[in-house]
Amino acid sequence: MTTDTKVIAPPTERYTILGWLKRNLFGSIPDSILTIFAIWLTYAMLKPAFAWIFGEARWEVIPDNLKLFMVGRYPAEYLWRIWLVLYLLVALVGFVWGVWVKKKETTGYVLLGIPIFLALLPFSMQIRLQILLLDVIGYMLYMFGRGENPSYKRWAIIAMLAYFPIAIFIIHGFGETGIMAKVEPNLWGGLLLTILLALLGIIFSFPIGVALALGRQSKLPIVSWICIGSIELVRGVPLITILFMMDLMLPLFLPAEIRIESVIRALVGITFFSAAYMAENIRGGLQAIPNGQREAAHALGLSAFHTMAFIILPQALRAVIPILVSQFIGLLKDTTLVMILSLFDVLGIGKAVLGNPDYIGTTKEVYLFVAALFWVISYGMSYASQRLETALGVGER
Amino acid sequence: MSRTSFDNQPPIIICRDVQKWYGNFHALRGVNMEVRKGEVVVIFGPSGSGKSTFIRTINRLEEHQGGQIIVDGIELTHDVRNIEAIRSETGMVFQQFNLFPHLTVMQNVTLAPLNVRKWEKEKAEQVALELLERVGIPEQADKFPGQLSGGQQQRVAIARALAMQPKIMLFDEPTSALDPEMIKEVLDVMIELAKSGMTMLVVTHEMGFARSVADTMYFFDEGQIVETGSPEDIYNNPQEDRTKLFLSQILQH
Repeated sequence: MTTDTKVIAPPTERYTILGWLKRNLFGSIPDSILTIFAIWLTYAMLKPAFAWIFGEARWEVIPDNLKLFMVGRYPAEYLWRIWLVLYLLVALVGFVWGVWVKKKETTGYVLLGIPIFLALLPFSMQIRLQILLLDVIGYMLYMFGRGENPSYKRWAIIAMLAYFPIAIFIIHGFGETGIMAKVEPNLWGGLLLTILLALLGIIFSFPIGVALALGRQSKLPIVSWICIGSIELVRGVPLITILFMMDLMLPLFLPAEIRIESVIRALVGITFFSAAYMAENIRGGLQAIPNGQREAAHALGLSAFHTMAFIILPQALRAVIPILVSQFIGLLKDTTLVMILSLFDVLGIGKAVLGNPDYIGTTKEVYLFVAALFWVISYGMSYASQRLETALGVGER
Repeated sequence: MSRTSFDNQPPIIICRDVQKWYGNFHALRGVNMEVRKGEVVVIFGPSGSGKSTFIRTINRLEEHQGGQIIVDGIELTHDVRNIEAIRSETGMVFQQFNLFPHLTVMQNVTLAPLNVRKWEKEKAEQVALELLERVGIPEQADKFPGQLSGGQQQRVAIARALAMQPKIMLFDEPTSALDPEMIKEVLDVMIELAKSGMTMLVVTHEMGFARSVADTMYFFDEGQIVETGSPEDIYNNPQEDRTKLFLSQILQH
């Protein structure tokens, strides 16, 4: 008996727009009623919101105080240093994006969208041109990074490692006079301070978190006790308490002549707080690696260090990327608590601006703007991490 | 393969009265074994008989708590240098393959030669390609383990173990996790390896494999060696009742 197997194409459904509308929104009389009601409700809710946003709102508070929101009391004559750091950042991000992500369509939308978006914003022409230039530089480096060159990956990693010391150096400066004169960290503020605290907190807490996670699993009792103790101590206390401790208690323990900048104290507090949580997240990743991986590495004669560095950690970290990104987004928002150290992060600047009699009654505008800034940065991190996961093939192998 | 080819060779593995407990459970109850260079040993027995535990004590994936294990003249002690020396002379293939999923096939095979043997990258990759050729999958070098079939993964695992140029190969139920149609491709590689003169310890229930390449067979039960002999002795003339019972159970089908 012979059977005839035909290969049949899967069923396809094609709609015109009208067909889709009819099927999904107006399929039956109750459906149609619900659709019309939903449209009316949306309109009723959005109309006053749009009326406020495009009519009543006094948005001039934002461009008037833009410099404050962005950099706080950073001296205006050195603002070009911040721009320089920003140009370098955009170049770096463009390059890294090109090397690892390569995907073109979404990048194109983002790059086209930014200038159109900017044209709508009420910033001064000079700032708009600067941002346009940033956009162009980022795109050029992105195209450059897309080039198939195996050494680019190494350069990208070196550039990422080198960027932060260089950026801090440019922002901080050195010497008493000249174009690179020192700008005390207490003058840093606004979005600059928020981003610096968050990024440096992430960068420093990552290795500490990995070390704590590994130490917690150590067979040496003293090491594991110290790690468990510090993780549980820090996790058991709210961040605001740690920041208070750094502000009030630390000077008591240090000799009187040593005076640590508030920014540094805040950074240390944030770093330890974040590291304790990171340690537990990474431990989760470490435990998810099957024991067979360790056995296979040992059986090949790899040392304990090589096993950890080449086999266990890469897999564990890959597995916890989504959790780590969530934690970083949380950290970014937690930096608003540095207000209690009398530092002016972007939210603190918002409050200060509202204290100015010229801008009484602009509470909604200011807080909406600050919220939008946080949202853009948080979503940017989330989006970048999703792309990174795709590029690293998380969950596929 | 005739027994005389290794009879006058020195023993490469010596196990004397090896003891092992898991809590109160006595897993290995005084195992004695000598394996000569080039000998192919098949270990079989019911599950829970300690055969996997035993083979894993030879490269210290399990620690023995009594007796003596000497591999290639080095005694296994708590000394990490001894353990790492023995591990780099001993290849192991696992039931679950245990390939590194985040590395390509090529990286899996070259990882240990690059980092333990400190070979140049070119040499390591050349050796790896030769080995992948030998196990029949040179075209898969740039794929990731997850993209390969079970049989291909196990052959990569064999190539990975061979890349360290070991003197001894340990196989812990290498075909038990494979679909039936893939068992043969792995056994073929192992048969070729046995014929090339590699010293092999194989825990397996593949009786056809044992019959065609084993020099000595050991029947394990309850943490002890119950019976030992050539495949002909074991199959045609088993002495112990437990061996007879077990063989009748696995050869029935």
